Amino acid sequence: MARMLKFNIFRYNPQDPTSVPHMQSFTIDETESMTLFIVLNRLREEQDPSLQFDFCCRAGICGACGMVVNGRPGLACHTKTKDLPEEVTLMPLPVFKLVGDLSVDTGTWFRGMYQRVKSWCETKKVFDPSAPEERMDNALAEKIYELDRCIECGCCVAACGTALMREDFLGATALNRVARFMLDPRDERTEQEYFDIVGTDEGIFGCMGLLACEDVCPKYLPLQDVLGRLRQRMAFAAVNNILPSFLRKEVKL
Amino acid sequence: MQIIQTDLLCIGAGLAGERVAIEAAENGFSVICLSLVPARRSHSSAAQGGMQAALGNSAMGEGDSPDVHFADTVKGSDWGADQECARIFVDTAPIAMRQMAFWGVPWNRVVPGEQTYYKGGKPFTAYEKPENEGLIHSRSFGGTAKWRTCYTSDGTGHAVLYTLDNRAAQMGVQVHDKTEAIALIHDGETCMGAIVRDLKTGELRAYLSRATLIATGGYGRIYRESTNAVICDGGGMIAALDTGVVPFGNPEAIQFHPTGIVPTDILVTEGCRGDGGTLLDVNQYRFMPDYEPEKAELASRDVVSRRMTEHMRKGLGVKSPYGDHLWLDIRHLGEKHITTKLREVQEICESFLGVDPVHQLIPVRPTQHYSMGGVRTNKDGAAYGLKGLFSAGEAACWDMHGFNRLGGNSLAETIVAGMWVGGKVVEFLAGNDTTFNTAAVREAYEKQAARINALIKGSNGNENVYAVRNAMFDTIMKGAGIFRNGTDLTESVTKLQEILQRARKVGLRSNGLGANAELGLALKIEGMVKLAQCVCYAALQRTESRGAHTREDFPERNDRDWLNRTLATWVNASDDLPTLNYEPATTVFEIPPGERGYGGGKIIPMDNPPQATPAGKKA
Repeated sequence: MARMLKFNIFRYNPQDPTSVPHMQSFTIDETESMTLFIVLNRLREEQDPSLQFDFCCRAGICGACGMVVNGRPGLACHTKTKDLPEEVTLMPLPVFKLVGDLSVDTGTWFRGMYQRVKSWCETKKVFDPSAPEERMDNALAEKIYELDRCIECGCCVAACGTALMREDFLGATALNRVARFMLDPRDERTEQEYFDIVGTDEGIFGCMGLLACEDVCPKYLPLQDVLGRLRQRMAFAAVNNILPSFLRKEVKL
Repeated sequence: MQIIQTDLLCIGAGLAGERVAIEAAENGFSVICLSLVPARRSHSSAAQGGMQAALGNSAMGEGDSPDVHFADTVKGSDWGADQECARIFVDTAPIAMRQMAFWGVPWNRVVPGEQTYYKGGKPFTAYEKPENEGLIHSRSFGGTAKWRTCYTSDGTGHAVLYTLDNRAAQMGVQVHDKTEAIALIHDGETCMGAIVRDLKTGELRAYLSRATLIATGGYGRIYRESTNAVICDGGGMIAALDTGVVPFGNPEAIQFHPTGIVPTDILVTEGCRGDGGTLLDVNQYRFMPDYEPEKAELASRDVVSRRMTEHMRKGLGVKSPYGDHLWLDIRHLGEKHITTKLREVQEICESFLGVDPVHQLIPVRPTQHYSMGGVRTNKDGAAYGLKGLFSAGEAACWDMHGFNRLGGNSLAETIVAGMWVGGKVVEFLAGNDTTFNTAAVREAYEKQAARINALIKGSNGNENVYAVRNAMFDTIMKGAGIFRNGTDLTESVTKLQEILQRARKVGLRSNGLGANAELGLALKIEGMVKLAQCVCYAALQRTESRGAHTREDFPERNDRDWLNRTLATWVNASDDLPTLNYEPATTVFEIPPGERGYGGGKIIPMDNPPQATPAGKKA
C-alpha cells in the first residue's frame, strides 16, 4: 500500500516584498524508487510552480542539491523516500546565503575559498608542450584523487559547529583541499606557506573535533583522518624549529 | 539597465568554456564566464569514463598514434565528421592531456609488470613496460583500435573540471554563477554580448563583449529520458538559433548511450563494458556476440544501442513497470576492481537503485546521451553567421563527431577544442575591435523584458509550461528515437508545429518574482520546441541511415546523396519550421568513405569517390 507523504518545506522568497519566512506543508503519494528529486519536481509541476530548489546532475555527482532533510544535511537527489518517515521536514543549508526556499548560494562561498587557500598547484615551472608528462606513482595519483573527490555540496560546512559560530572558519572542505595539495608534488608550496593558510584558528586549530563533517559527507571522504593528520602536521610545523632534532616529526597525510 | 563589459564572454563554465576562458586570461584579456550553476557543477563533472588521446603509454595502447586515433574517429562518425577538425583534434589531444597533468589532474598512471585486465568478460594479462612507469595510463573504450582513454578512476570529468576551475581561479577568470544568457545581442552581422537573467534575483542585465563563446553543452533535455543533467536544455543553441542567422549543424545527430539505468536514466560509464562488463537479456544470455562477433559490447555506441533495441523488440527484454530493459553484468570483475576503478558506478547503483553490482545485475536501456549537432562553426570555432561569436564543446558542431561520437572523444574534445579555439579567440581579440551599438543593446534588453512581462501577466495566453514540455517530450521520442521512419517523423513534425503554437501562449501560474524556475522554463520553452522541431524535421529529410541516425525505411548509408551536413536556421522567429540547407561533410578526405568494420548495413557509394588527400591538404 503506497504511503501518503507529508513534506514541511521552508518557504521564503527574498525578492518578493510580500513573502515572509514560514513553513508550508505538501502531501504527495509515494511511488516506487522515489527520491527527493522526484518529489520536489512533482511538487513544483503539480502543486506550486513557485517552489525554489536546486538540482543539476541528479546523480550524486555535482553537489547542487544539498539541503537539510529531517535535521541532517545531505544530497536530495540520492535520498530515497523509502528511507524516510511519513513526515519529512526540508530546510535550506545554513551558513550559505539564501536564494529562496531550499536554494542557497554556494558558488560565492566556494569561489572565496579558492582564493583563501589558493586552491591550485603553485609552481614556478612553465608547461612545455613538447615534453612528456612528469611521472607520478599510480598509488600517489589515487591518493590525491581520494581527496579530490569532494563535490563542494557544502554539507560538511552546514553541519559544522565551528562554521555556524564563526563566519571565517575554513571548514572541512577547504582543509581537505589544502591536504590534497600538500600530497601533490606538483604543488611547490613550503610547509610555512601551508601553515600560513591553515595553521590558524580560522583553519585547522578552529576545528573542535565534532566531526559531523565526516558523518554527513555524501562522498564518504575520510575527513576525520585528514583533519586529524593535518592538525598533527601543523602542530609539528609550528614547533619543529624549536624542538631538538630527535623530537622533530614530519607527519604524513 | 546594468551593463557589464568584458573582452570575452563565455556562456557556460564547463570544461570547454573554462578552457577557452583560461587561454584568453593567460593572454591578458578580461574574461567573464556565465554559468547556470557554480562552475564545478557543470555537466562536464558527470563524465565518468575518460578522454581519448594517443599517448600510447599502456601495454594495450602500444603502437597507438594520432593517425590510428584519427581513423577510429572518422569511422566512428560514419564519415560525417569534418576531417580537418578531426585531424586538429587527434594531433592536439596528447598535448592537452599533458597540460592537464601539469595543472594537477591525478590521472591514473602506468604500473609496471604483469597486470590483469578484462576483455569481453574474460581476464587476461598484459605486461606494462618498466620504462613507462608513472606515465599516463589508458583504458579501453568502444570503437577504438587501441586502449587510448586517459582516466582518473571513474571520475575523470570531475577531476579535470576541478583542476581546470582551479586554474581559472588562479588566472582571475570571473565566474558569474546562477546566471542565464537568454538572448544574444547582435545586429545581424556582429555579436556584441548577451542579455542575461540573474538566477539569484531575477534581475536582467546586459553583458557587452568583443568575443562571445557558446559553451553550454548539449540539448539532451528536449528528451524526457536523458542521461544529461537538468541544465542541459540547449540554452546556448536556442540563443544562437534565435538570431535567425546562425545555423544549427546536424540537429538530427543524437546519440543514445547503451547503459542508462532504469528508472532514473542516470548513466553508468562505458568503462564498465571497456573493463569487461557484458550485456544480458531476460534469460541472462549474453546476446551481443551474436550480432557483433568481433567487437560484441564494445562496438560503437550507436551500434550497441541499436542492437539492444533490436533484441528487446524480439521480446527478449526484461519487463518492468518503467518499460523493458536489459541487464549489465560486471559481477565477474570482482569486488576490488569495482570498488576502486568503478567506484562511482557502485555508488550510483546503491544510491539510486538499491543494487550492489558486485553481486547483482544492473537494469539498463539505451538513453539519450549526446548531441553531436550544435552551433555550426568553422575549424577555428567561429560560428557561421555572426562575427565575434564562437562555440566549443558539445554545444558546437565543430564537427569531429559527425553522426556518432566515440566514448572518450567528447570529454577530450572539451579541452582540446577549448585549447585550440581559445587560441583563435585570442587571435581575434588581439586583432579586432567592436563598436557597441547602443540601440541594438537597448532593443535586445527591452525585447527580453517585454517577454518576461507578458509571461507574468499571461498576456499571450495561459498554457501550462510543464504541459507543453510534456507534449514535446512525447512527440520527439515518438519520431526521433533510436529507430526512425518517415511515418512517425511526419506525425511528429506536424504535432510539433501545434506544440510550438502552444509554447507561444504560455502564461505563468506563479508570480515570477526572483529566481523563479517556472519563468526560467517559460522563457525557454519556445526555443526548446524549435530545437525539437529541428531534430525531427532534419531527421525526416535525411533519407538514409548514418551513425546514430537510423531510418528503418532507408537502411543504407547513402554517400551519393547524403554525405553532407544539415544546416538548420530559424529565419523568422514566427516561422513554423526551420529552413534547411546542406554543405559537404568535409572538404578534406584523408580517409575516403568506406566500411566501418562494425554495425553492418549497405552503403550507396558516391558517384565519383574522392582520392585520399594527405593530412591538412585541401581536396
